[in-house]
Amino acid sequence: MSDGIGARVERKEDKRFITGKGKYTDDFRVDNQAYAAFVRCPVANAKINGIDASAALAMEGVIAVHTGPEMKEDGIGDLITGWSITSKDGSPMQCGVWSPMVTTYGRYVGDAIAIVVAETQAIARAAAELVELSYDELPATVQVEAALADGAAQVHENVPGNMIYDWEIGDEAAVNDALAGAHHVTEMRMVNNRLSPNPMEPRSAVAIFDEAEDHYTLYTTSQNPHVARLVLSAFYNVAPEHKLRVIAPDVGGGFGSKIYIYPEEITCLWASMKTGRSVKWTSDRTEAFLTDAHGRDHVTKATMGFDANGRIVGFKTDTLANLGAYVSLFATVTPTYLHGTLLSGCYDMPAIYGNVKAVHTNTVPVDAYRGAGRPEATYTIERMIETAAREMGMDPAELRRKNFINEFPYQTQVILQYDSGDYHKTLDMAEEIADVAGFAARRAEAAARGKLRGLGYSTFVEACGIAPSAAVGSLGAAVGLWESAEVRVNPVGSVEILTGCHSHGQGHETTFAQVVSDRLGIPVDNVSIVHGDTDKVQFGMGTYGSRSGPVGMSAIVKALDKVEAKAKKIAAHTLEASEDDIVIENGEVKVAGTDKSMAWHEIGLAAYIAHNLPEGMEPGLKEAAFYDPLNFSFPAGALICEVEVDPDTGVTDIVKFTAVDDFGNIINPNIVEGQVHGGVTQGIGQAMLEQVVYDDSGQMITGSYMDYCMPRADDVPSYALDHNATPSPLNPLGIKGCGEAGAIGSPPAVINAITDAIGNNDLQMPATPLAVWTALQNVKTSMAAE
Amino acid sequence: MYQTKYHKPASIDDAVAALAVAEDGKVLGGGQTLLPTMKQHLASPTDLVDVGGISGMADISVSDGCLTIGAGARHADVAASSVVRDAIPALACLAGGIGDPAVRSMGTIGGSVANNDPAADYPAAVLGLGATVVTNTREIAADDFFEGMFTTALEEDEIITAIKFPIPSSAGYSKFPNPASRYAMVGVFVANGGSGARVAVTGAGQDGVFRADSMESALSSNFSAGSLDGTSLDADGMMADIHGTAEYRAHLVSVVAKRAVTSAV
Ligand SMILES: Cc1cc2nc3c(=O)[nH]c(=O)nc-3n(C[C@H](O)[C@H](O)[C@H](O)COP(=O)(O)OP(=O)(O)OC[C@H]3O[C@@H](n4cnc5c(N)ncnc54)[C@H](O)[C@@H]3O)c2cc1C
Repeated sequence: MSDGIGARVERKEDKRFITGKGKYTDDFRVDNQAYAAFVRCPVANAKINGIDASAALAMEGVIAVHTGPEMKEDGIGDLITGWSITSKDGSPMQCGVWSPMVTTYGRYVGDAIAIVVAETQAIARAAAELVELSYDELPATVQVEAALADGAAQVHENVPGNMIYDWEIGDEAAVNDALAGAHHVTEMRMVNNRLSPNPMEPRSAVAIFDEAEDHYTLYTTSQNPHVARLVLSAFYNVAPEHKLRVIAPDVGGGFGSKIYIYPEEITCLWASMKTGRSVKWTSDRTEAFLTDAHGRDHVTKATMGFDANGRIVGFKTDTLANLGAYVSLFATVTPTYLHGTLLSGCYDMPAIYGNVKAVHTNTVPVDAYRGAGRPEATYTIERMIETAAREMGMDPAELRRKNFINEFPYQTQVILQYDSGDYHKTLDMAEEIADVAGFAARRAEAAARGKLRGLGYSTFVEACGIAPSAAVGSLGAAVGLWESAEVRVNPVGSVEILTGCHSHGQGHETTFAQVVSDRLGIPVDNVSIVHGDTDKVQFGMGTYGSRSGPVGMSAIVKALDKVEAKAKKIAAHTLEASEDDIVIENGEVKVAGTDKSMAWHEIGLAAYIAHNLPEGMEPGLKEAAFYDPLNFSFPAGALICEVEVDPDTGVTDIVKFTAVDDFGNIINPNIVEGQVHGGVTQGIGQAMLEQVVYDDSGQMITGSYMDYCMPRADDVPSYALDHNATPSPLNPLGIKGCGEAGAIGSPPAVINAITDAIGNNDLQMPATPLAVWTALQNVKTSMAAE
Repeated sequence: MYQTKYHKPASIDDAVAALAVAEDGKVLGGGQTLLPTMKQHLASPTDLVDVGGISGMADISVSDGCLTIGAGARHADVAASSVVRDAIPALACLAGGIGDPAVRSMGTIGGSVANNDPAADYPAAVLGLGATVVTNTREIAADDFFEGMFTTALEEDEIITAIKFPIPSSAGYSKFPNPASRYAMVGVFVANGGSGARVAVTGAGQDGVFRADSMESALSSNFSAGSLDGTSLDADGMMADIHGTAEYRAHLVSVVAKRAVTSAV
């Protein structure tokens, strides 16, 4: 079947997206519409003494101004964290209280203090400027490395020393022993720069309270509308679950930042009840920089020891993770179980130890962002091994090969057990495509032109398909991470898939339909995907952690199994054959080896007409399934980046970027390549361009695209991609997930290439022209000193 | 609420009259700077007087060794103009490197020069070519026009009508874009003419566009990139921000100046 698994089917959703016909949250204009704007904390730490809204309320068109203490009085709950982490001394983590709107203290620039509801968005925003705050500015702690210092300003009274947790994984004593006896030890300090997610569509909410029905509807930019409904009802007390409908319509990108349930959505729902109006809020871009959860922001000191043969004997990391002013929904797990458990990389490491101290600072909360913890781990490992190879005078690819894991399943020293892989072949393929053999000649040719050429590797593995429920529960998760699906066969044979996953750019309408097409032999046009509406779709956990493929599609497969079983019974009954002889092929349900068959739509019709069904069979053809994965899946890849640096300016040009990935089986190569392109581009953004900068008072310097540098088309090369699939044995489709790999694997490849070019390993991200030029000056200075 | 009245006069006189009666009127060129500023509520003029409808405001012509560009000429028009390309190719090239296609289709030379953003491109050309800024009331020499970041010799409500560029024997512009905004982090315009060489630097100086005297004298004796070897600018007085330290900018000026000379035609 041409639309089946592996086919390059064009994305069904692109017509509406490319022609501007997508329907996003802000596109919904409902009855009784009013608009909200937020009054936000202007400084990084303040005690709010009073709020004077009289001038705002006097403005024509202003409906109401409400504040945090009123919300608290109405019983609206504080924000929760979805994952509890225990410190290494056995004590529970300590988090500051996060109320949807400030009750006493504003703790970062952008913290919501009051909501203004007005007849138009312009009036709401103008009125918000008229709300007068009286406050005392307090000292702030801003930079991650300052948070634990003696005398650092306290972000929360109940979090002494700003330490949220001091967590560890692995065996410290074993690592110390190994490092003490090592033949060579490499040490580095690495900054994993703070990023702003920047989805194209900013966050938005339309909250509708229906007084007559005592019912709420929320349109919102969410990656997981069911989780939003659960949290809004069970913890924030907005409304009971059955009286709250959450709809996440078309969503223009999330990258993790739309997993979380933010203060604005909660407040809009409550304000709708307070004002009797439908309340819409849409973030502008600067508000997005200030209030969307950021990503990364780690500082890591790492030590890796090798024996005389170049085998890794021990690996130790010490990480400071900035979680910002409040602990966002999944912020605690990102630096711990999504980071520490990946510290083995794709190497057979006998001893590993990771320590992570998570801290509060007076900055916007930091949470999972494309890759979430895994890019941080990968960056540390891959820069360490490349630098170690240089220090030991070894070829960086050979050092990797010496240490690759060769047998699967592989049990790491840090909890995870890898499913399958073939790291050697993947690296061989990448070296071939990147023409590593010809690099020396290219480097010489560039030198003749006054340019510095460099080559950098990254061989990574990551954990996708988040996640086995019982396993994550035992590690502190408050939820299970299974997924659900319902397959509805209509009387005419067309199929609707209801999924708990949510598509915000991933192309589920195409790939999920391909799975059905492959099984039933019907064209993808006859399959529609329903998602993103809690009134339509059964409970599901949403989309993040590259889980929609390995977990979401596996649920669909399970439901399809049930549909097929019933279809076969109907066919066997109608065609008077044995159920065991029935096969489904090319849209037909046949008796194998005969010319007796029914078209797929005849099965649908038979099921619903129900005049002639097997004895005792219920009419209809609709099945549901819940799928809980057995393990994570472990995509891996080999990336090779080749750069040319202009020593006069420090400008780096990526001349070639090769990515060979193992995503297991591939449903749609177009979509997978698109994910790799986007992911690698985001990784290049992190490596060379992007960084959120706060000044020491806590004001954000990079609050617009004038200073926050997003990758543009001309910043990235045309990518050379290939695949080396080792299907995951653990899920029915043998897929591993591809959404985050590019962003996880690419930053170290880029930095390894630049440091190779300039001959200085001391370079932090983002490697801007300024940073590269400065590193080059440092090489000159140290050479002059010698 | 922020209310603004929009005017589209057909003549300079009408524009002047509209500005005279407005409580806080502003000239509107292409709006590429002014409108974003208004959206952020950093400016809230009571009246906008759009000079785009005045006939002749966007004309481009050459006479007596002088290229005259109407203040209303859009960046894209200057970039594509065969008159400009023949007379001062470096100027067309500069205009073609401003912002993105949307900005170039709207933004005007008059607006850019009046705004005098320290990172804008046009001020380097105006100063580097020793141009004359023509307004509704007078003519101002470039050397007297730029008075520091976002400040110029323009009086309140004075309208730029055209810029007159003397045509040099050769000129070049090279820009090192800010990675994020792609405004000039360092932009150097060099021109070689009858009275010697001129070198104007934008993007780098704390006081906006400036002339690099030492480079001018080096190039006046020999207009070649090599003669800039050994000239360097002091980091004092250079802007410093997250994209570039003062030292880095000072260094870039030398590199970019050489590239400008090499590209000069
Ligand atoms: C995304 C983006 C990227 C950009 N990149 C660059 C870049 O790379 N390089 C660069 O140089 N610029 C850049 N710009 C600025 C752009 O060139 C603007 O067009 C220019 O700065 C202002 O011109 P304008 O015609 O749009 O003026 P407006 O925004 O209309 O006005 C700007 C100011 O000039 C005044 N003014 C306008 N016309 C006149 C006149 N005839 N007489 C007197 N006063 C007048 C206005 O009152 C206002 O104070 C960029 C802008 C944007 C939005």
